[in-house]
Amino acid sequence: MQLVLERRPERSAVIAVASPLIAVALTVVTFAILFAIMGKNPLYALWVYFIEPLTDPFSLQEMAVKATPLVMIAVGLALCYIANVWNIGAEGQFIAGAVCGSWLAVRTNGADVGYWVLPAMLLLGALGGALYALIPAICRVYFGASEILTSLMLVYVANLGMDYLVRGPWRDPAGLNFPTTAAFDPVASVPTLVEGVGRLHAGSIIALVAVMLVAVLLGRTIMGFEIRLVGAAPKAARFSGFSANRLVLFTFAVSGALAGLAGIIEVAGPIGHLDPGVSSGYGFTAIIVAFLGRLNPVGILIAGLFLALTFIGGEGAQISMKVPLDLTKVFQGILLFYVLACDSLIVYRIRLVRTVRKPVHAAA
Amino acid sequence: MLLLEAIILSVIAASTPLLLAASAELVVERSGVLNLGVEGMMIMGAACGFGGAYMSGSTLVGALCGILGGAAMAAIFGILTLGLAVNQVAAGLALTILGVGLSGLIGAGFVGARIVPAPDLYLPFLTDIPYIGRILFGEDAFVYFSVALVIAIWLFLYRSRAGLVLRAVGDNHASAHALGYPVLRIRMLAVLFGGACAGLGGAFLPLAYTPFFIPGMTAGRGWIALALVVFASWRPGRLVAGAYLFGAVSILQLHTQAFGLGIPSQLMSALPYLATVIVLVLISRTRGTAGSAAPASLGLVFVPDR
Repeated sequence: MQLVLERRPERSAVIAVASPLIAVALTVVTFAILFAIMGKNPLYALWVYFIEPLTDPFSLQEMAVKATPLVMIAVGLALCYIANVWNIGAEGQFIAGAVCGSWLAVRTNGADVGYWVLPAMLLLGALGGALYALIPAICRVYFGASEILTSLMLVYVANLGMDYLVRGPWRDPAGLNFPTTAAFDPVASVPTLVEGVGRLHAGSIIALVAVMLVAVLLGRTIMGFEIRLVGAAPKAARFSGFSANRLVLFTFAVSGALAGLAGIIEVAGPIGHLDPGVSSGYGFTAIIVAFLGRLNPVGILIAGLFLALTFIGGEGAQISMKVPLDLTKVFQGILLFYVLACDSLIVYRIRLVRTVRKPVHAAA
Repeated sequence: MLLLEAIILSVIAASTPLLLAASAELVVERSGVLNLGVEGMMIMGAACGFGGAYMSGSTLVGALCGILGGAAMAAIFGILTLGLAVNQVAAGLALTILGVGLSGLIGAGFVGARIVPAPDLYLPFLTDIPYIGRILFGEDAFVYFSVALVIAIWLFLYRSRAGLVLRAVGDNHASAHALGYPVLRIRMLAVLFGGACAGLGGAFLPLAYTPFFIPGMTAGRGWIALALVVFASWRPGRLVAGAYLFGAVSILQLHTQAFGLGIPSQLMSALPYLATVIVLVLISRTRGTAGSAAPASLGLVFVPDR
């Protein structure tokens, strides 16, 4: 007897809806077992991780702050992944956007400038991210180099480039030798939404707009149709005269622009200056968000909020339960595995069958 | 000459983890599976390897723990991609994310701890030969094992029947299946082998390279190993040249800093990554004329129809 996969006659609509929920449930159960092994009370741990942050208005705002870059990056990545284009260097594009936008903030620091500064910074950030993303896209289209590897290598390059700038030319002279730029001026900062309390900022609204625009692009435009077609049936797309190369450039540019925009919003919003620790891995976590959201813009919004919850819960658990912060990453990794496994069940079903031995044609 | 000897020794040390991980990944890809989780398997190998060596006091036990750590990660990948037909790119990314998190969790208890690094070989007279003695006869066991591994892989792929079957599975899984070869079982074995060697390559870092564990200490070596396989056009001989070339580039960075040439240190640190991008572009452009052996079924999902 053995278990085998069998293709379903058609995609299972029930499992398509249920699969992220099953995956989350399985992850939570696995996590509870993990806590029990570590000698912690699993129910209390789950409460700290998933319920406690929701009970406090400050934590709720923090959740939106964390979800903002995740959702913005992930909707861009979804475009790529639907088209079967593998941009995994969003982290680098995030940093490139943060650096390009910060350039203006650093140049105008302390000068008497108008309110055009922040919009210009956001534009520069999006442009920087898009241009940085076009490097792997061009390498793929014109030279055939794997975009997976080149986009990832450029993450390390972007990190080191930013490190150079904040330790060298852009370092705050009054910053006691810390590797950071001076704090951005109020005109170069993303305003907060709630006066006085919390860090919820206008960037969250931009993220919501991004979700809507990508949803419209995917569902209501020819470009969106092309993206879906090239991903689902590359041969049919080629016969219809759609250029796969043009899509590689387009999806990389859009996802890079969104990641870059997320980068400058993060720097000009909650952080307020550029330093080597601005990202904390948003570009990689966004990959999980994209898949957990089933590459669907609305799904990604929910998935982004859920992963933001695990970040806040993880920080809470670190303080109140003395568990390492890396546990959050383990949680996210396990979650992604379950999501992928459950997604497979949309197309296939598992069946128990009797083993059939086939002769090996040794001479053939 | 002493400086040159020191440079060669450090290049060999920097290349060894790349060689271990990349040569095994070459076998995995030759079987038609693209496992992008090398970085995750390596960092798990580093954490498990250091933990094993620290608690037992033995490098050998540490190396075995590293192998097991890497193979366990590979098993998760294999079950998902081969058993459940999950997209290999996505599963590989998940493996790296999970590996980075888990290794941090395992390694948290060992940060700051030190162990005795793996001993170097010493043969009377031979190791004392000026200039070449230490380079040829004074390395640690990992270095000799990595060289033996590549030779064994070459023999396996090109001089054994099993290697021929493995290449057939990677080039055309439907035909191999029709001939009665157990495609998924062969691929699973290849994936486990890849994980074991990546784990050993990761374990080399805290066991022989630096005698302590730092979270994230593989620093992208797993990804460079993946690039090396492309660089080598899936051929073991070119892989050796590539691994030592990349080791040399990463060492160059340390030595130019020592000379103080006024180049920003970050630019030198970025060299291995920039070199990977440039090499990938050059290699991919000339693909076809350079005798690439890219497996035709690489990364494709295979579900046997019975």
